[in-house]
Amino acid sequence: MSSLQFDIAHLLAGSLVLASFMMLYQDRLYALLNVYALHAGVLALSVAWQAYVQQAPHLYVTALIALIFKAIIIPVALHRIIRRLGIHREIENVIGIGLTMMAGIGLVALSMVVMLRVTPGADALAREDLAFALSVVLLGLLIMVTRRNAVSQVVGFMSLENGLVLAATGAKGMPLVVEISVAFSVLIAFIVIGIFLFRIRERFDSVDVQALDRFRGERR
Amino acid sequence: MTIDALGAILLIPAISAALLAILPGYLLTAKLNVVAALATFLTSLSLFVIEPTSGQYLLLDDLNKVFIVLTTFVGFTTSVFSASYIHHEIETGRLTPAFLRFYHAMYQTLMFAMNLALVANNIGLMWVAVEVATLTTVLMVGIYRTHEALEAAWKYFILGSVGIALALFGTILVYMAARPAVGEGPDGMVWTVLVQHAAAFDPALLNVAFVFLLLGYGTKVGLAPLHAWLPDAHAEGPTPISAVLSGLLLNVALYALLRFKMMLAVNSAAIAPGPLMVTMGLISVIFAALMLYRRRDIKRMFAYSSIEHMGIIVFAFGMGGPLANFAGLLHMTMHSLTKSAIFFAVGHIAQVKGTQKIADIGGLTVTNPVLGWGLMLGVIAIVGLPPLGIFMSEFLVVSSTFSRAPWLTAILVLGIIIALGGLFLRIGAVMFGEPKGKTAPAEASYVPMFTHLALVAMAGIYLPPVLVTGFTNVAKLLG
Repeated sequence: MSSLQFDIAHLLAGSLVLASFMMLYQDRLYALLNVYALHAGVLALSVAWQAYVQQAPHLYVTALIALIFKAIIIPVALHRIIRRLGIHREIENVIGIGLTMMAGIGLVALSMVVMLRVTPGADALAREDLAFALSVVLLGLLIMVTRRNAVSQVVGFMSLENGLVLAATGAKGMPLVVEISVAFSVLIAFIVIGIFLFRIRERFDSVDVQALDRFRGERR
Repeated sequence: MTIDALGAILLIPAISAALLAILPGYLLTAKLNVVAALATFLTSLSLFVIEPTSGQYLLLDDLNKVFIVLTTFVGFTTSVFSASYIHHEIETGRLTPAFLRFYHAMYQTLMFAMNLALVANNIGLMWVAVEVATLTTVLMVGIYRTHEALEAAWKYFILGSVGIALALFGTILVYMAARPAVGEGPDGMVWTVLVQHAAAFDPALLNVAFVFLLLGYGTKVGLAPLHAWLPDAHAEGPTPISAVLSGLLLNVALYALLRFKMMLAVNSAAIAPGPLMVTMGLISVIFAALMLYRRRDIKRMFAYSSIEHMGIIVFAFGMGGPLANFAGLLHMTMHSLTKSAIFFAVGHIAQVKGTQKIADIGGLTVTNPVLGWGLMLGVIAIVGLPPLGIFMSEFLVVSSTFSRAPWLTAILVLGIIIALGGLFLRIGAVMFGEPKGKTAPAEASYVPMFTHLALVAMAGIYLPPVLVTGFTNVAKLLG
């Protein structure tokens, strides 16, 4: 692999981590969705580049799914849901932005230390990819725990899933990548477009998960 | 391509799911559901007679044979219970026929997904199957659409998805670890190939992979501290689903974990997965046992009891060795049978009384003697009193591990005793206190419940030699 190919792959994977960071501090739902669309777009580029570098045409399918489904359809659908629910106000971060960013930096450092240390044998591209992917996964988890709103938790989960797709495509020659990305898209489609948000809306007139938490623990 | 029994236990539920989604009329579909589950169970029994050969995608060995038969059996008995359960739900209007169509289709989809996870010879396929199983149960937990049901389903969805996401990351890492030894391409995820070459895998990468797999699939097993979804999902969903969740889905996730444990066992340079599993098992046992004391909801209480028992099972497998593995396997079987029997009883009781609150249920042995004594028998079995099956398996777990780790086993025994106290404390008033709540006779199907309890009682006294040889083989396989 030429160093240019490596650098581009590196750049794209790094951008995905940056996009994750951008999602961390968005405090409005629309903005969060836009950044998510960017996140998915970067993922599509990154996967397409891997498909080109590895000469694995089936990965183009995964890239296409990422582009059409995740970067366009899902954000548009969520935009509509948010408008219909009338919740385009501020999202509360459970902890402050500064603290969240610090925690995010810590998580990225952690994943670099862990992944780079255990993969000295693998080729450089796969190593970097895995380290970045783990960062995106952990940042996705962080987004999920720092939000109360159901929509933004789903967005956090979707960014986490983008990290997994990055890892799967970075692992050269991994079978079933397309199938797995389809399975994940089904999972998301089920939840996002469909039943869940509507049901939550139907019963609670709110998608604030804190409203759900009223019943946490035992019913009295 | 001819379809052998392995294909059939996947095809029957898959086709029935499609059929049940189309057909109207819940009386018919409930019966069809039972027939499909019975057919799957009978097909799984045929695996003992004619052994299909394992291929690149499907696999059959001694280990998953036990799981498959247990899964299809409890799947069948639960479908019988479900038929009488939903009849009542329709009458009280908690569910509408349209929802039932959906419910039955989902039930068979769940059976399909669980069977697929058990027979998959490909770690990617296994992951997809566990994901589908999670999805279907999320949808079923939320089916009542009450505040509590939606919260439970949402919590389950979020925690379950994070769990399976971590498991996928672990799966990818396993592939990365295997690639230098196995080569690129489809072989890199075939379990039989992976185990053959596992000794040559990069141990450091395998270690990290196992941590992710343990956290991921461990969430689905319901190990503390990853268990938060479990009590809600059990309490708020329809009771047949609680029975299937506790009796089967937790086992399926455990099965996935065991497969990876076997892989790590081959590689001598990798960490021993045992201590990690033992620690999580013990934490689950103690935590769940203490939580039993303050429960107000009867289904929730038995959900915590499931966490406790999964802890015991994971502890036994974590200790390893032929005897402890045997004990773990037996305990898993006994727990599946007993816990689903308990949920069958609890489901009917909650329907008769119109509540799940322990405080509002009383004097069951007077008002509904058959249900009451059935549940009492189940509770006696689940806390591990002799001479029932769980006593036998818990005794085996303790005796096979005591000489190796006396202190750890002492903690386990302490947990079991605390749980016994908690369950009896809570269940006493329900059984023998002042009769409370409605006293209408139950229109229940007692057969599934008493079949399970009879099997558990029999296992406590006499284990058929076939079962013993079968379990011994599996125990050796697990190392």
